[in-house]
Amino acid sequence: MEVLVTLIQVLDSTIRLATPLLLACLAGLYSERAGIFDIGLEGKMLMSAFFSAAVAAVTGSVWLGLLAGVASSLVLSALHGVASITFRGNQLISGVAINFLASGMTVLVAQSWFQQGGRTPSLFGGGRFESAEFPLAIGPNDAEETGRSVSELMSEANVVQMIYSELLSGHSVLVYVAFLMVPATWWILFRTRFGLRLRAVGENPAAVDTAGVSVVGLRFAAVAICGVLCGIAGAYLATALQAGFVKEMTAGRGFIALAALIFAKWRPWHAMWACLLFGLLQAIALRFQNIDLGGVVIPVQVMDALPYILTVVILAGFVGKAIPPRAGGEPYVKER
Amino acid sequence: MTLMKSLMGAAAAVAMTAGAALAEPALIFDLGGKFDKSFNEAAHNGAQRWANETGGKYREIELQSEAQREQALRRFAEAGANPIITMGFAMADPLAAVASDYPDTKFVAVDVNWLDAPNIRQVSFAEHEGSYLVGMMAAMASESGTVGFIGGMDIPLIRHFGCGYAQGAKAVNPDINVVANMTGTTPAAWNDPVKGSELTKAQISQGADVIYAAAGGTGVGVLQTAADEGILSIGVDSNQNHLHPGKVLTSMLKRVDVAVYDAMKAGDDVETGVFTMGLAEDGVGVAMDDNNKELVSVRMSDAVTDARKGIINGDITVVSYYENDSCPALQF
Repeated sequence: MEVLVTLIQVLDSTIRLATPLLLACLAGLYSERAGIFDIGLEGKMLMSAFFSAAVAAVTGSVWLGLLAGVASSLVLSALHGVASITFRGNQLISGVAINFLASGMTVLVAQSWFQQGGRTPSLFGGGRFESAEFPLAIGPNDAEETGRSVSELMSEANVVQMIYSELLSGHSVLVYVAFLMVPATWWILFRTRFGLRLRAVGENPAAVDTAGVSVVGLRFAAVAICGVLCGIAGAYLATALQAGFVKEMTAGRGFIALAALIFAKWRPWHAMWACLLFGLLQAIALRFQNIDLGGVVIPVQVMDALPYILTVVILAGFVGKAIPPRAGGEPYVKER
Repeated sequence: MTLMKSLMGAAAAVAMTAGAALAEPALIFDLGGKFDKSFNEAAHNGAQRWANETGGKYREIELQSEAQREQALRRFAEAGANPIITMGFAMADPLAAVASDYPDTKFVAVDVNWLDAPNIRQVSFAEHEGSYLVGMMAAMASESGTVGFIGGMDIPLIRHFGCGYAQGAKAVNPDINVVANMTGTTPAAWNDPVKGSELTKAQISQGADVIYAAAGGTGVGVLQTAADEGILSIGVDSNQNHLHPGKVLTSMLKRVDVAVYDAMKAGDDVETGVFTMGLAEDGVGVAMDDNNKELVSVRMSDAVTDARKGIINGDITVVSYYENDSCPALQF
């Protein structure tokens, strides 16, 4: 029973940790499937984290915060689009520039706006995403009624109740949005005309152009979707998981999401499993500092490094082959 | 006339900069940044206090990367700043390289005590003594018999904090369970509140009901989650009681502000050598104010006062992690 409770708590933590990865990973998936490499996921998340927290702090409304976060992320997306689609610049360099821009701008604006040293004031009440309690789930309300703590009630519940109340219920609404985006992405990419064209533009833009469809338009659409998803990811970090923005709070999650994208070989369902796996590794590392496996102690650093190691293994071709979209990273030049 | 004017203006400007550069102190913040609500902010407060009291000016820089450390030291030394105050253990190596090139400049290194140079004032703090006191308070406030410690980057200094904390907790309750976690092994561990939150949740599920965060910006996440989940937390370095009034048990004060203020006040006559600021020197302590008045019982504050006296006169020995790189009360 003890083991089961721990397991469910670790899985619960996994879901929270995997959500920002998943949103960023799907964001990258749209962009890269359309042939635009995007290593600026990190920067967009960071920018959105700041603006969502700042606007939520000023207005007291988390939904306005979310809108502001998505808008700020879209501005960076537009920048990336103009640099790499319109002016056919190097996509990697544009992405690096976006990361630096976000890392500097957020702290600068935060300092001149709030004078709290590059952070936003703490959010409370309507400025934060509340956790959504499912009907009949054991939550804070039950604890209040019975006058006992949630963990006490939970330890008496049966397995189904525990999974329902701890694992499925009680997350922020953005978590459910993130997981619903997975089938939605699959459907858009593989069952709609837009998705077919989007994938084609990443494989062979000349063919799409010949068919009379705008390559530039499609790529801009993909980059915009990427911006929206990164914006949600950033808002989730700052207004749901945390109560405010702290400098560099994305802490490399955009890069782990890129690793997950490669690990998933640019496929939506696989992306979800990859993000959950990476989230699980983090959750285990957080829960157990050093894991003792029959005399062999695995230090916590190994768990932290595993996402990157796994990605290298995949890239090296030991487990299948990761082939990126063929036209990825190359600006499209129409022949004259 | 206009030529004369501009010449005079230029001369005045030169005279002013020369005058200002004579004994202008300089302050180098570590990577956490000036407003980390913790270690570096304490230094900033100390410098501001000096500036307000004396009307003096000082120069400052917030380091953005490891590569800037030596460069910043040399720039300030070349510009004639004196003394040059550096924050954090990571400045030790650059200081060792630079200090001998500027024998007339005094350097002040906060959190460093192992260098060998005639012109460096090295100030370190007895963090284990202050942590011992908050550890006692944690153990007395805990109802579950489990208390937590969340460190930032896994370095000996942070283990030093955790070690004192565990000893204090065990002094009150020998059977207490101390759960200790480190956020990471890279400097990113100082600024990852999301990970801080998850660590807090993990420790709560292991039964912890008081958690001490010695983790810079990551600690903001720890304190936030502790407040959300209805348990107590303990802040570090600066007084963090006000962040969540009534939910932060206390803060382990590290009077970096005093160290910086003293150095600036002494100016270029600052005494060099190795100095340790412990409980006796009020270099470390616990924060008591209106925000945590309700949480601290009389029994608790009496115990802390007694233990403080005991440590100062040598009745209580708090083992330092540095002594043999291990802790008698806690396994990391």
